[in-house]
Order: sequence, then C-alpha cells, then structure tokens
Amino acid sequence: MNRRLVVVTAGLSKPSSTRLLADRLAAATARRARSGTDVRVIELRELANDIAQNMVTGFPGPRLRDAVDAVTGADGLVAVTPVFTGSYSGLFKSFFDVIDKEALSGTPVLIAATGGTARHSLVLEHAMRPLFSYLRAVVVPTAVYAASEDWGTGGDDTLADRIDRAAAELAALTDVHTPGHPDTGPPVLPFAQQLAALAPQG
Amino acid sequence: MQFGIFTVGDLTPDPTTGRTPSEHERIKAMVTLARKAEEVGLDVFATGEHHNPPFVPSSPTTMLGYVAAQTDHLILSTATTLITTNDPVKIAEDFAMLQHLADGRVDLMLGRGNTGPVYPWFGKDIRQGIPLAVENYALLHKLWREDVVDWAGRFRTPLQSFTSTPRPLDGVPPFVWHGSIRSPEIAEQAAYYGDGFFANNIFWPKEHFKKLIGLYRERFAHYGHGTPEQAVVGLGGQVFMRANSQDAVREFRPYFDNAPVYGHGPSLEDFTEQTPLTVGSPQEVIDKTLTFRESFGDYQRQLFLMDHAGLPLKTVLEQLDILGEQVVPVLREEFAKGRPAHVPDGPTHQALVARRDFGTTAAGGGATGTPADEAGKADGAVEADGTRREREVRA
Repeated sequence: MNRRLVVVTAGLSKPSSTRLLADRLAAATARRARSGTDVRVIELRELANDIAQNMVTGFPGPRLRDAVDAVTGADGLVAVTPVFTGSYSGLFKSFFDVIDKEALSGTPVLIAATGGTARHSLVLEHAMRPLFSYLRAVVVPTAVYAASEDWGTGGDDTLADRIDRAAAELAALTDVHTPGHPDTGPPVLPFAQQLAALAPQG
Repeated sequence: MQFGIFTVGDLTPDPTTGRTPSEHERIKAMVTLARKAEEVGLDVFATGEHHNPPFVPSSPTTMLGYVAAQTDHLILSTATTLITTNDPVKIAEDFAMLQHLADGRVDLMLGRGNTGPVYPWFGKDIRQGIPLAVENYALLHKLWREDVVDWAGRFRTPLQSFTSTPRPLDGVPPFVWHGSIRSPEIAEQAAYYGDGFFANNIFWPKEHFKKLIGLYRERFAHYGHGTPEQAVVGLGGQVFMRANSQDAVREFRPYFDNAPVYGHGPSLEDFTEQTPLTVGSPQEVIDKTLTFRESFGDYQRQLFLMDHAGLPLKTVLEQLDILGEQVVPVLREEFAKGRPAHVPDGPTHQALVARRDFGTTAAGGGATGTPADEAGKADGAVEADGTRREREVRA
C-alpha cells in the first residue's frame, strides 16, 4: 500500500518560496522512500477563512475537515511555514490549534521554514520543534531552513544537501509508520468504575 | 414526543437597535415566553442556570415556581441545572418542593456548566468537573429514593440520618436528563441510571452527536433498562421563521451575524447547512427537524432555542405562534408515523407513577429507583465492546 505523505504549507504569495521548499521536500521524501508514496499538498492560504471560522464555532467546515483528516491520517507530514515576526506564521499555528491535540501522536514530521535572512533559522528549533513535541509527533533531526540567499548558493552543505538529508530521515520513518488508532467512537470508563474511584478512602 | 423551548436567559443588545433589555425586562420576558409556550400548545419550558452577566437566570426553581402558578399543563424543566457547583442536597429539596407546587409538572436537566470561574465562586475545583457530576448525582439520586440517608463522599460533608424534605411527590422523583455536548462520561452516566440524555446539538454538526447518542443508547441497553431504541433522548434545535424564506433570512441575519456564540464567524448560509439552525419557512423547519429522527432515531423531546441573540420579545412571541400553530402539529403527526410501539413517549410524572404502580415500561427511561448495579449489570463491562472501550481510556 502506498504511503500517505501530506505537505502543509503556509506560504501566502503565489508563487511562494515556502511552497517551493515544500514541494522539494516532498519530492525528495518520495524519492528516498522504499514504498510508493501518495503526496497531498495542503495550502493553508486556501483554508484561511475556514480556520478562522473553526476558531469561532468550535468545529471545522467540510473543506477544513477534509484537510485535517488528511493530516491526522498521514504516514508522514512535511510542515513548512514562512517566518513572521520571529516565529511561525499565525495561520500556520492556527491550523494546528484546531487539530485535536492527540491526533498527531506518533506521526513522523519534517519541519521547515523560509525567511528573508538566515538570522531567523533557529525558529525551527525554538518554535516549530516544541510545537510538534507538544503534539507528541516524531520530529526528524534535520530541520530545513531556506533563506533567500540559499536558493542561489553552492558549496558544502547546500540547501539541496539539507533537503536530501531531512527527506531521508522522514522517509525512513514514513516507510515503517503504522496508522494510528482509527476513530472508534468516544472512549468510556464503565460507570461503576467512575463511582468506585470516588469512594472515600480509609 | 414532547416539544418545547429552552432559554439561556442572555442579556444581549438587539443589533438592529443597540438596545439591551434590563434584567427585570428579561426575567419577565422569560415568564411571558413560558406562558406563551403553553398557550400555543407546547409541552415544555426549560430555563438555563447562570451565575454571571450577561445572563439573568441564577435561580431556576424560583422562576419555575412562579411559572407553575400561571400555567396548567406545561412541563417545567431546566437546561441545565449545575450538578457540579450546586449542593445536591439543595437540588433535592428545591426540585421536590417545585414538584409539589407544580403537581408533578417538573423535570430537570443536569449539566456541568461551561463557565470555568463558576466553580471557585461556589467553592469547587473545575478540574474535578466530571467526578463532581458523578458523586453529586449519586447522592441526589439516593436522597430522592431513600427516606433516611447515611452517606459519605469526597466533595461535601457526610450525612447521617438525613431526610431530604419534602419527599418527592407520590414518592416518584422528577425525571432527570443528563445534558452534554462532548463528554462520553455523561452519556455513560445517563445510561447507567436509565435516565434521559439530552444532546444540545444546535451549534455543531450531527456526526459528533451521532457518536454520543449512539454510545448512550448502546450503554442504556447494556445496563438492562431496555433496548437501545427505548433510551430517552432529547435534542435541541434553533429556528427563525417567516412565511417567506427570504424574509426570515433578511430579518434574522443581523442577529446571526452578531450572535454571542457564532457571530462574526461563518456565514448564515454555511452555518445552517452544517448545523441544526434553520432560518426559513415553517416547512423548511419541519423538514430539517424531521431529519433529526433519521440521524438519531426516534426520540422523546425536542426543545427549540428561540429567544437569544437580542431578538425582541415581540418577535419571539410571533415565532412561538408560528411554531405552535404551523410547525409542531405537523411534527407531532409526522414523528408518530412509523414510531414503534415499544419506543416510550416523553416522560411525565403521571407515566412514571403508573410505571411504578403497574410496572409498565412505556414511561420513558428506566429510572425506577433501581440503579444498574443493583440489577447486577454494572460489573465493569465484560462484553466484547465494553472491554474494547475500556482499553481506550487514558488515565
């Protein structure tokens, strides 16, 4: 069965360097994978209204629900954001805010970011990685930052090298990822046990 | 099948005029709506309980006692009574007193409340929300069924040789609904006792509530109260009607766009498509409400939210005229079609008394005074399905 690789990209312009980086990461991951890979790209720009509405109403509309289902059912996730005001973009954060906090538990994730200058590259380690650690996702060691100058730089440890290294790490996890627990309905503790837990002690 | 209205009792500015009613006006308006509900042939009026502005109904039994004196047939209920922060001893007393005054026209819906700060205002800890609901109701259930109670628990002082007075009318406690929008624990609690389960489905898509109600029905049968179809289900609804659909949309839109819960979010069109909200002609309301049965099975009580978001009293009274004259009679007829004989009607005091005296089961609910454990069924869920669910529970 083909592996499901889902790419979440929060770039806003068209074309966007964030999307460009996301596509390169996805292609490299598919190349590195031993199994076949189905890639789905989710552009958060197209879901901006739906995400804001979910914030207000507490539930996702049909398009957003479809995107969330894809992300939470993925064997591997590539998450790419532009750096805004020293961190991930608000839209990027909002998307992960409306996802159930248990739903990405154990999902392999490659984190990446773009920015105008390399000075912001630690956003990956100080903002992105803790976000996905909180969600109990498995974040691969190599995170990829692309500053404007990286798109035209050669030499040692180029952007292409980092993309390939990160993709190999993600592909290794995606190949062996077992899908999380399917939605089997709400869990319930039998009532007698709920009552017994409240019995006075001693 | 019972039909009625439930009110939150919010003080919301009318977005078309900027005017906010006074507390006095709003409280009197709620009473007017209750009387109107009876006048147009509805069965139930239920009030919320809130302890913070912009809401007025902090003392539901006071209001319902006043309404009881001015009505003859209407069942008086709550939506919801806070089982977490109210002392169960006081709930037992207040509602038994109301039951006597209203000649049995009383039931209540228990809920945990959705306002965090209420817990400390009443000396409770919100982190204990579910355990409070579990323990407090266990005590309330006992106080209404045993004349002399010895009791000790975690959240209040022990009771020794305590008798809650007055005793329930005819020795039959008020019917209890457990309301929840998201907690399977509460559906489980309702199932365990054979009480009703009210899913206030008005703000979210139906898929979510299908799971909760399905769980409640399955567990109701597991605990031996009847078949899943005999479980007692209540649902919410939210409507705004005019003879012409377009007129309803035009008139309601400013209220929708500024409503406290969903305003400034989705469009009216998206929200009506995704949730039970119906804005249109009486026929559209009938059609949408009839879909509830397809989603959730034959059920016992349908409550509509009619008076929120700053709608003026005059408008809401017009809405109740339409509801009572054009919508509910058709719904009664349609819901009766194909309804299996073993599915109970909405619960009434008379039916509960008859069941106690004659052992008939068609009274709605299994709350005969025999909790599931005494029937030997609450043994920690040994059925295959039950054990599967247990494994999913996280400590």
